[in-house]
Amino acid sequence: MLITFPHMGNVHIPIKTLLKKLELDIVAPPPITQRTLELGVKHSPEFACLPLKINIGNFIEAMDKGADTIIMAGGWGPCRFGYYAQVERDILKDLGYDFQMIILEAPDSNVNQLLNQVKAIGERVTLWEVMKAVKFVWHQINAVDTIEKAFEFHLARTSEKETAEHLYKTGLESISNCLSRKEIDTVCRQTVEKFTKLPRHEQPILKIGLVGEVYTILEPVCNFNIVSYLGHLNAEVSRSIYLADWINDHLFKGLIKKSNRRRIYDLASPYLNYWVGGHGRETIGYTVGFARQSFDGVIQIGPLTCMPEIVAQSVLNLVSEEEQIPCMTLYFDEHSGAAGVYTRLEAFTDMLNRKKKADLMRRQGRP
Amino acid sequence: MQYYLGVDIGSVSSNFVLMSENMQIHRKVYLRTQGNPVKAIKEGYEALKSSLNIIGDSIKAVGSTGSGRHLAAVLMGADVVKNEITAHAVAASSFYPEARTILEIGGQDSKIIILRNGIVNDFAMNTVCAAGTGSFLDQQAARLNIAIEQFGDLALKSRQPVRIAGRCGVFAESDMVHKQQMGYPVEDIIMGLCEALVRNYLNNVASGKKIEDIIIFQGGVAANAGLRKAFEKVLKLPIHVPENFEVMGAIGAAILAMEKMNNAEKETCFKGDSFILEGDFKTSSMECKGCPNQCEVVCIKRNEKALAFWGDRCKKWEATIKAYPEEDRQLSV
Repeated sequence: MLITFPHMGNVHIPIKTLLKKLELDIVAPPPITQRTLELGVKHSPEFACLPLKINIGNFIEAMDKGADTIIMAGGWGPCRFGYYAQVERDILKDLGYDFQMIILEAPDSNVNQLLNQVKAIGERVTLWEVMKAVKFVWHQINAVDTIEKAFEFHLARTSEKETAEHLYKTGLESISNCLSRKEIDTVCRQTVEKFTKLPRHEQPILKIGLVGEVYTILEPVCNFNIVSYLGHLNAEVSRSIYLADWINDHLFKGLIKKSNRRRIYDLASPYLNYWVGGHGRETIGYTVGFARQSFDGVIQIGPLTCMPEIVAQSVLNLVSEEEQIPCMTLYFDEHSGAAGVYTRLEAFTDMLNRKKKADLMRRQGRP
Repeated sequence: MQYYLGVDIGSVSSNFVLMSENMQIHRKVYLRTQGNPVKAIKEGYEALKSSLNIIGDSIKAVGSTGSGRHLAAVLMGADVVKNEITAHAVAASSFYPEARTILEIGGQDSKIIILRNGIVNDFAMNTVCAAGTGSFLDQQAARLNIAIEQFGDLALKSRQPVRIAGRCGVFAESDMVHKQQMGYPVEDIIMGLCEALVRNYLNNVASGKKIEDIIIFQGGVAANAGLRKAFEKVLKLPIHVPENFEVMGAIGAAILAMEKMNNAEKETCFKGDSFILEGDFKTSSMECKGCPNQCEVVCIKRNEKALAFWGDRCKKWEATIKAYPEEDRQLSV
């Protein structure tokens, strides 16, 4: 059994570790490239969203490398994602691939159900070892999040952007090679320290909240590396979704750590009081949260035709006005051009910078 | 006199302005890009230069904008390279500080910019549809065999505009052909098209934006009297068209260059006459084989020396420009 999985940002780091700990053989899909996208687009329905197309591309490339088992997350609700594993299986079967698909569904009520799912994959290890593996991987995921957050913070502030990018890359690589929790802690601490020692510039810093659909937020290929692009424009990005939150909420139903979902839903009220699927409600909740933490602006991103984000977008105009926070929405699909995306991002940060300067001057009593 | 040079290289037109320190426009040049921005930049600069006195006049700083802004920056040496949204907003808010809405329709994009207290508050740009932009109007004028300059005036002669489906450029065209074949007069069809395009603009680009008085309409398409009238009819508000409506992007770039020079005491990057006019600029492209991304890398060369690379996602080609001094840059793509 050679197992593969879909890419989504840095999610490959914990997945690889987990499968290795379960003594399974894995074939990771090659990094997402133009070829991946072309393969996916060719074999997917045109109006499916970008994540499905990239998933298909990942699976084809991995199976061409020898994989025969796919692990994919499931789900349910108005968002089409819950159905993607099934659709993808059918598409790949039609293409003539011979494989088995394991779909991880969020447990309904208790943690045993989830452990049994993981156990089903881990035939070669005891339940005790499964629990140990999950615990270790959870530690790793939190380390990845820490490094991502440090990168977002320091990239905006340093004058040596390239060094910061390099630190981020090497930091993640070392984390994925760590064998013990202690080792992870050391690497994590050292990387953050190196970030802190980077030289700083004197330019003003913008704080931008990034909200929207999970895959687009987590996968840089899908969003034209928006975090890094904004960082180069001296804008610090805080995302509404980090890996640990998504895994905790989506796969483990908030069983690992206390979810802040309740608080976000309270913030979303009275603008959006219903669960509209996907992360629509979170988009609104986080936007309100960012506004009240005096962020300079919010950017909503999602794949083109994403229903939950379209619902959220229509509410966002009102939120933007009431909470006094500039918002911009960007949708991505395989036809998006980098020039258009970067033009809008640059214009958005220019707008925020000029606004900030004018506000400051007004407060100091100058015309 | 010292002047600031603003350059706006767009898909359809290339615009150049020379602006003095007190924001007077000394000279403006409006050219058609015709798919050859390098030629347009050379011609535009030559035309501007003729208005400068050899003794006493100089260019203090250069700003570039438009979709060809990076190319212009490499060819001329720009101090500021800015997107067209910021450039247009800066120009409009400098000349009309009390403006609250800017409608801007150019060759291939249309934007709306919302200003509050002279500061950009919100903006949007067309995403999926280019119906109603300059190049579509150009195309329709050519099809009807009408000079684009007369397009708007002809529309004004209409008494009863025909209803045209303006959802998308292709549908609009087939609906126009249909109405033509039914025998509707051409001026009514043209005015109908103008109204359809305005509705399309307001429903797509300006969707969810609060359009308030004072409204400024700029960009090349503002020359079209039919569209101006259609906007006034639909919005029920007066539309103001600035004197230099067609070169507002270039003016914005010049203002941004001036701001930058005032904030920092530095030498201009402007390369000077001989660099621009005497150089032999060539562009070439290749598909990088470094990884499966297969980026299309473009190289700009002047007299066989590489000036700039772009298009590479990993920036390894771009980095070679920084790594080697100009004399040693014999790398070829």
